[in-house]
Amino acid sequence: MHELSIAMSIVDMIEEEAEQRDVKINAVHLELGLLSGVVADALLFSYEIACSGTRLEGSRLVIKEVTIEVFCPACNMPKQLDSMQWLYCPECGTSTPEVIHGKELVITALEVQDERRTAHARSS
Amino acid sequence: MSAEPRMLEVRKNVLKQNDVIARTLRERFREQGTFVVSLVSSPGAGKTAFLEKTLTLLHPHYHVAALVGDLATENDALRLARSHAPVKQITTGTLCHLEAAMVDRALSGWGIGELDFLFIENVGNLVCPSSYDLGENLRLVLLSVTEGEDKPLKYPTIFNSADIAVITKMDLAEAVEFDEEAMKANIQAVRPGMRHFTVSAKTGAGLKEYMRFLTTRSAELSPKVPG
Repeated sequence: MHELSIAMSIVDMIEEEAEQRDVKINAVHLELGLLSGVVADALLFSYEIACSGTRLEGSRLVIKEVTIEVFCPACNMPKQLDSMQWLYCPECGTSTPEVIHGKELVITALEVQDERRTAHARSS
Repeated sequence: MSAEPRMLEVRKNVLKQNDVIARTLRERFREQGTFVVSLVSSPGAGKTAFLEKTLTLLHPHYHVAALVGDLATENDALRLARSHAPVKQITTGTLCHLEAAMVDRALSGWGIGELDFLFIENVGNLVCPSSYDLGENLRLVLLSVTEGEDKPLKYPTIFNSADIAVITKMDLAEAVEFDEEAMKANIQAVRPGMRHFTVSAKTGAGLKEYMRFLTTRSAELSPKVPG
């Protein structure tokens, strides 16, 4: 269960971002590959814990799962796989050890809101 | 002032901090001519016994050392010290895996000089270590004959992150009716082209072939005369 340390890394990174941009974070969008070794449900659960007491408290984690895409040298093109237990081209059966997508653990977007205190600071 | 929600496009790798440290470590190892091998497996697959044998065989000919990760106790470090190679324990507390920063911290201030081989034994766990690059040149995944031939299918992620599979406790193969062909097929299903070795740390079977592979691979990466 390393999802808690992953969640804490996300919170650390985004807190810094929120600080710099002076925004409130409503949601963090994450791409999660099926081969990343991270379980979506466990990460969602850990995210809530990791957020508590930080400026990300109350924010949502939105996970988009990324399926496995490999390169098939025989077909000479990328192929989508349904299973991580069988890394062979679904069309021609050639072995496809080269994984192009499916290992992602990447924050892609933030849903933010400008902090009201910015407006206050300007008016005072 | 508008307080309407809006979307900000960003692209941040969550493990970037670990990856940066791992890259620095790998670069440092390359400059020093140190070949770094990490070992992952489930608890009880025989990592420590296998590593003790490896260290014992390499120690007379090369400068070798080992870092060993566990949640608690110094037991493994004490066992490995019997090989007479320098060994340091990393106790992770409750953490289920090693991270590059822990390797970096463990190495700093450890006066072991220039090494030909450094071995890093990860915490016994087939899930979490797969996400963390430790700066190693070679990642071995160990699985014992008692664990079932379908282990690779159950933990495809760790097999996909590893370079070589080592099947351990071959001395028990007959007693547990181990089916090597089935295990081989399952390894190839999750990681086509992956090489595997079958060994017994107890009888020494298969170790020669593995040692030959290790020294050849290290020589390819860091051409150096044994010290």
